[in-house]
Amino acid sequence: MVISSSQQRTGLKTGRRTPISLGPPVFLWVPALFVAVAMLLAPAYLVIRTASAGQDALSLFLRERTALVLVRTVALAISVTAATTAIAIPLAWLTVRTDLPLRRLWSVLAILPLVVPSYVGGFVLVAAFGPRGMLQHFLSGPFGIERLPEIYGFPGALLALTLFSYPYMLLNVRAALAGMDPALEEAARSLGRGPRSTFFHVTLQHLRPAAASGALLVALYTLSDFGAVSLLQFDSFTRQIYVQYQGSFDRTLAAVFSLVLIALTVTVLFAEGRVRGKLRYYRSGVGTGRPPMIVSLGRWKWPALCFCGSIVLFSLLLPVAILGFWLVQGLLASIPLQAVWAAALHSALASGLAAIITVTMALPVAILAVRYSGRLSSLLERISYTGFALPGIVIALSLVFFGIRFATPFYQTLGMLVFAYMVLFLPQAVGSVRSSVMQISPRLEEAARSLGHSPPSVLARITLPLIRNGLLGGAALVFLTVMKELPATLVLSPIGFDTLATEVWNATTEGLFAQAAVPALLLIAVSSGAIVLLLLQEKRAGKTAP
Amino acid sequence: MNNKLIKTFSISLLSFVLLLAACAPKQAVTPGVSAPASSQITPGVTITVYSGRSKSLIGPLLDQVGKDIGVEVRVRYGDTAQLAAAILEEGKRTPADVFFAQDAGALGAISKAGMLAPLPDGILNRVGTEFRSLKGDWVGVSGRARVVVYNTQLLKESDLPESIRGFTDPKWKGKIGWPPTNGSFQAFVTAMRKIEGEQKTIQWLEGIKANNPKVYKDNTAVVLAVAAGEVQVGFVNHYYLFNQIKQKGESFTARNYYPKKGDIGAMMNVAGAGILSVTKNREAAERFIDYLLSDSAQRYFVDETFEYALTTGIPTHPGVAPLSQIDVPKIDLGSLEDLEGTLKLLRDLGIL
Repeated sequence: MVISSSQQRTGLKTGRRTPISLGPPVFLWVPALFVAVAMLLAPAYLVIRTASAGQDALSLFLRERTALVLVRTVALAISVTAATTAIAIPLAWLTVRTDLPLRRLWSVLAILPLVVPSYVGGFVLVAAFGPRGMLQHFLSGPFGIERLPEIYGFPGALLALTLFSYPYMLLNVRAALAGMDPALEEAARSLGRGPRSTFFHVTLQHLRPAAASGALLVALYTLSDFGAVSLLQFDSFTRQIYVQYQGSFDRTLAAVFSLVLIALTVTVLFAEGRVRGKLRYYRSGVGTGRPPMIVSLGRWKWPALCFCGSIVLFSLLLPVAILGFWLVQGLLASIPLQAVWAAALHSALASGLAAIITVTMALPVAILAVRYSGRLSSLLERISYTGFALPGIVIALSLVFFGIRFATPFYQTLGMLVFAYMVLFLPQAVGSVRSSVMQISPRLEEAARSLGHSPPSVLARITLPLIRNGLLGGAALVFLTVMKELPATLVLSPIGFDTLATEVWNATTEGLFAQAAVPALLLIAVSSGAIVLLLLQEKRAGKTAP
Repeated sequence: MNNKLIKTFSISLLSFVLLLAACAPKQAVTPGVSAPASSQITPGVTITVYSGRSKSLIGPLLDQVGKDIGVEVRVRYGDTAQLAAAILEEGKRTPADVFFAQDAGALGAISKAGMLAPLPDGILNRVGTEFRSLKGDWVGVSGRARVVVYNTQLLKESDLPESIRGFTDPKWKGKIGWPPTNGSFQAFVTAMRKIEGEQKTIQWLEGIKANNPKVYKDNTAVVLAVAAGEVQVGFVNHYYLFNQIKQKGESFTARNYYPKKGDIGAMMNVAGAGILSVTKNREAAERFIDYLLSDSAQRYFVDETFEYALTTGIPTHPGVAPLSQIDVPKIDLGSLEDLEGTLKLLRDLGIL
């Protein structure tokens, strides 16, 4: 109810809507309030820890190197975001809107790199492109090339994070492209625009909110990643946070660094808000939703295939091939390898639950942000992003702090673990759901209200079916990210609840790559299954959309 | 009708969640850990171990302990530093009875917070005084020597200096790899400060830094980089090499070198364990640590993880240099408390 006071209807030209809705209904703002409290736990913990910081800690923080690391980290985040945009938007368009051969196969393959954990991806890139890696080995014979461009440092971190995080952007943009009203493009074409001009002036513009929320995820992922940056020898802000825990078990200084990361996140969110703009993205006139028109690629078919092929080659086939190589090496050395079915089940269970719960909680946040746009609702939406920008260990420790004090019976149970996943990955679902809500005209919902339907009924009968693709996209993102989540799983899972990610980590941390190969390949297999299921849903939704 | 729809939706969602959740506890218990295979297990006595050592190395041992000591042992595997931070956050309410850590530094941090209980002399006296806490609240259970790992194609053993001080020579420029964020590395620097003094330590660190060492994430990354020839030598713990040889065969192109004449570069670090003072099962926890120091457990560390036994009478793995052949400097690990001083030094020199 609080939110209604600051209610503004930026999405609509005419402001006379008051007879129908008097602020957000209870079933929206109660869960939203729950989300807000959950999301504020980590910042609250950090403030408590920082408050006990001594002069020493602060002077350590204020040294020159901190600023340098901060600048480098921001530069990396910007570069990775730009690179992923350049990859993801063409990929999304090719797999959704063209007659690209084996379109659905590419859709699945292109999303899968998301499940390659960065601590595996980092190893793989070093093994492949390192100064003495496989590529160099291959080139040195016939071509006599002795030195490859340096992979350690910025270039390697950029490559790794781009290859393994572009699917965040892809999934968001895909959902928006699939849900876009083809009438817009048809109108542009009928008014004399060429296909190219239509793409740039209509399609691309329409993808802005989705691309912006994708970019946000990529940027925040880059800020919070530890595995890839440390393996590729890039000193980022998150690496500094880990160094604090690693060396001195200094939770205070780590908290100070984390608060800076939150400040950085707020800045990024502000930038995203600017890009997203205040435009409307739904169909304003009458008309029926239809599947979008499919562009024939013609002779561009082969370059398009090459493009998709090379992305998939580097981001998916290469890791799988190297994992396969490790597996064979282990088998040859007759190292006992176990199929880790229990871990696969745990992973699927935890990820499935987290996906359902997170999308369910993201729904009220997204609807409030779009339909009841105002200061409070946008603050709420922004708060939901804090979890994702922080390194997993910080969230895990904040939940340890509060969990053991105020939720003792739930401490280190599956419920607590799923809650942690929600805090960590809520923005992935919020972004995807919000973009799809923005594409529905509020008039549809208003019409339903005027015909006597209650708000929950409107949600169930109008809104939910229309944003189905967004919900599925959000669920997919959360599912895939949870599959590979590590720090929170290690600290907060019930004892004995091994997941594929922890199995992979257990082996790689000791350099036992053969043992890591089985769970890592299984991780990719289970995730592929989940993606196929989701994409099948998406197709059906496209056919039966009203 | 609308309500019906919502009901159907929420009921199906709920039932799905509940169904999944119902399945969870059954699978949450790994068969190996809690299988009531042995009738000796005293009903009701359960201890929780936070293990910073990974399941892939010591899982089989910890699966066996419970059966042998008649206690149900529940193990949370994780990163040593992160588990230490978690224990510090949990404070008095920690569910952990035992902390089994990869390095003495983490145990020292918990000890410093006053969260470890004193161990009985029966346990402490099984290892040399240099391998346990001065306060008597944690004990080393297995040893890992600091070594220089070198590439066997690019270097011969005779190319290597007797002391790690020799690596400050400019001829090693661009040829050194190290993991400065690693706990054992930091313990080694702390030991150097204690034995050789602040000034000599700074000289050494600056000398190495002037040779542009490559910064790797951890010991394994250094060993792999040395074998690949990215760098020629690296400062690591000895046993990481053997995991690689086990997988990749004897042709693996890296070997360990032990600096000579009691050089600090060949010091011995330990993995150790301590009992949380809030435990309600102190007796069972003591039996657990006692077991880790038993001959069979010590033999496990020797045979399976290529470490050094800390109790007497257990021979070293045939592939690993026996203690009689290496010249380990004698340092009390329990006295290496000034980890913060080391971190400050590493930061001031721009290494961290």
